[in-house]
Amino acid sequence: MNDMRPLERIVDTDNVKIAAKNVQVYYGDTHAIKDVDVDILANTVTAFIGPSGCGKSTFLRCINRMNDTIDIARIEGNILLDGEDIYDKRVDPVQLRARVGMVFQKPNPFPKSIYDNVAYGPKIHGLARNKAELDEIVEKALRRGAIWDEVKDRLHASGTGLSGGQQQRLCIARAVATEPEVLLMDEPCSALDPIATAQVEELIDELKETYSVVIVTHSMQQAARVSQKTAFFHLGNLVEYGDTGDIFNTPQDQRTESYITGRIG
Amino acid sequence: MPVFWILAIVLVLGAAGYVLGRARALSSAGDDYRSLHSLPSYYGWNAFILTVVPALLVLAAWMLIAPIVIDGMVSGLVDEGMQEGSNLSLLMSDVRRLAAGLDSAVSSGALSASEASGLVADNALAGRLMGLGISLGSSVTETTLAAAQRYRGLAAASQVWMAVVVIALAAGGLLLGLRRINPSFRARNAVETGLLALLILASSIAILTTLGIVLSMLFETINFFRQYPASEFFFSTTWSPDFRGNSELGILPLLWGTLYISLIALLVAVPVGLFAAIYLSEYAGPKMRAVAKPLIEVLAGIPTIVYGLFALITVGPALRDYFAQPLGLGNSSSSVMTAGLVMGIMLIPFVSSLSDDIINAVPQSMRDGSLGLGATPSETIRSVIIPAALPGIVGAVLLAASRAIGETMIVVLGAGAAAARLNEGLTEAINPFEAMTTVTVKIVSQLTGDTDFASPETLVAFALGLTLFVITLALNVLALYIVRKYREQYE
Ligand SMILES: Nc1ncnc2c1ncn2[C@@H]1O[C@H](COP(=O)(O)OP(=O)(O)O)[C@@H](O)[C@H]1O
Ligand SMILES: [Mg+2]
Repeated sequence: MNDMRPLERIVDTDNVKIAAKNVQVYYGDTHAIKDVDVDILANTVTAFIGPSGCGKSTFLRCINRMNDTIDIARIEGNILLDGEDIYDKRVDPVQLRARVGMVFQKPNPFPKSIYDNVAYGPKIHGLARNKAELDEIVEKALRRGAIWDEVKDRLHASGTGLSGGQQQRLCIARAVATEPEVLLMDEPCSALDPIATAQVEELIDELKETYSVVIVTHSMQQAARVSQKTAFFHLGNLVEYGDTGDIFNTPQDQRTESYITGRIG
Repeated sequence: MPVFWILAIVLVLGAAGYVLGRARALSSAGDDYRSLHSLPSYYGWNAFILTVVPALLVLAAWMLIAPIVIDGMVSGLVDEGMQEGSNLSLLMSDVRRLAAGLDSAVSSGALSASEASGLVADNALAGRLMGLGISLGSSVTETTLAAAQRYRGLAAASQVWMAVVVIALAAGGLLLGLRRINPSFRARNAVETGLLALLILASSIAILTTLGIVLSMLFETINFFRQYPASEFFFSTTWSPDFRGNSELGILPLLWGTLYISLIALLVAVPVGLFAAIYLSEYAGPKMRAVAKPLIEVLAGIPTIVYGLFALITVGPALRDYFAQPLGLGNSSSSVMTAGLVMGIMLIPFVSSLSDDIINAVPQSMRDGSLGLGATPSETIRSVIIPAALPGIVGAVLLAASRAIGETMIVVLGAGAAAARLNEGLTEAINPFEAMTTVTVKIVSQLTGDTDFASPETLVAFALGLTLFVITLALNVLALYIVRKYREQYE
């Protein structure tokens, strides 16, 4: 984990999408993320688990530099996306966020029509040359968000009028429409009922064909169901990271075991 | 007995009610006050409310109604002895002034009580009263003096009876409050009802006052339209009042001035205020915000007359020298532009602080959503924040507009007091460097100076006021409607 030659390592594990090295995050004086090293693979679902307040969201938000919008947050260390340091001065965080999309805990559709919600990213980034192309992108994204059939007759109704589960799938479609390479999801199902959760999980499974997906979840079962890799965070440390099966069946660390068996959390 | 003492006695009785009520509740509960339905102080408050509230209500009602009743009784007397050609309301005001003067002469010791009631109406009386500091509109006649004496008598009796009734009520309330105390009495709920009544009273005062204002305006306006045709008022393009008659009282030139000046003010205030709000809420750091926000809001604390002076001595001459004269648009330092600009500055904090609140109310998750899709801050503001906040911002603008329409001082000093001349061609009417004036300024000028409240030239002020009120009310209702709709959006 303390390999200081990132470029060489990426060559020998060629499907590493994101490599984090020695990442520290401070909120003012609070040290929220301590010394985290992790390699996130392409075409894989990686789950972040751990008790509340252990820094899962904080670390997730480092990956698309959303923490830049918090005045008191300070980040040290390197995070490489395809071998390129995303905190390098030459990197435009706005451009980066188009490559690393994010779905939030609470569904947050814009108070616009369903169509405009999805078309928002493609319009900003100029992905469509004309209306027909835009229509196509919107339809494709809504289909990938597994919500097309429910909304195809009311594309111009407000996105805020949908149910919670539909809203979250709309937000996923919205993120997908921008064609990111990585999709970060921060507890995407915490506001959803079991049926909507199942739909979103199914969706995540499909999304990994195209993207690298990182999902924060509080549900052990969900982590086990959807992810191939799992990272366990505790008090700002990355305690254990490995194949999901290994983490759940043969955890190496005492803290991981306690958390998984429900003794801390 | 002076009202102050009545009040003091009622409050002392109330305090006694509180103390006694509490003590009585405690003793009725024996040694364990947990057996009481409510906390002991609620029994005290209940006795206090029963003592004070009915007494004070009666006191207030008495003070409102007694003068009307006494006036009615005395005016019968005046009416009988009234000479041909004199005016009842003028005579009555003489009677009241004389009565008040005699009272103050007695209380200051200039006259003894018996001297005051023994005065006779002869030629020397007016001079004598003048010496006592009582000046009257006309000479003191037999009737006036008799009426004044009767007035004094009735007023004194009313004072005494008021004191007796109010204090008796307070004492009765006190006894009733104490009688009702036993452990199962629900004092807490009774106090709750009392508080509710208080709150309802407060809101009805606000509503009834508005209603009263509207009604009084309405009556005067109806009087005006009896003397002056409504169609002329609403559609004539000339405003030239003449107190000798033959006035032309068209509202259109004034309305045009009002709308034109308000429009310029909004053209200044809305962009500047909105951009300032966006900067403060979306870009400025906490330190900058802590300094800049109060500084902008200082503008809101400047009295409008000070803005008016600024318009008169700085902005007006500057606009004339650097714009109007070089461009050949006029020579007046009073202009629509001057008043509009200065009024716009006055409205900036209005727009900015309301918009700031509204923009801050847009949930952070909207910003995160947009930034997370790779939008820049300004794209986020343009495509997500402003559309989401738009109804609220429109509401803020409409509120600012109703402020602009009602503004007077800045207009008098900045744009002058001459009504727009709509009949002299379009360029005259829309030249922003022309002096023009607004409805509010004309209301003031129609009512100042020697006025006779029966002529259309004066009464027109009420019609103007009511029209303005209807316009701003409509704007406010529209604003509230829009703001309310906006609130529902994030629920
Ligand atoms: N905006 C913030 N300002 C200050 N402290 C924060 C902020 N966000 C998170 N923290 C702190 O950082 C720590 C990690 O929080 P977070 O990443 O939200 O945890 P998790 O998502 O695992 O529940 C917590 O102690 C939290 O109080
Ligand atoms: Mg979190």
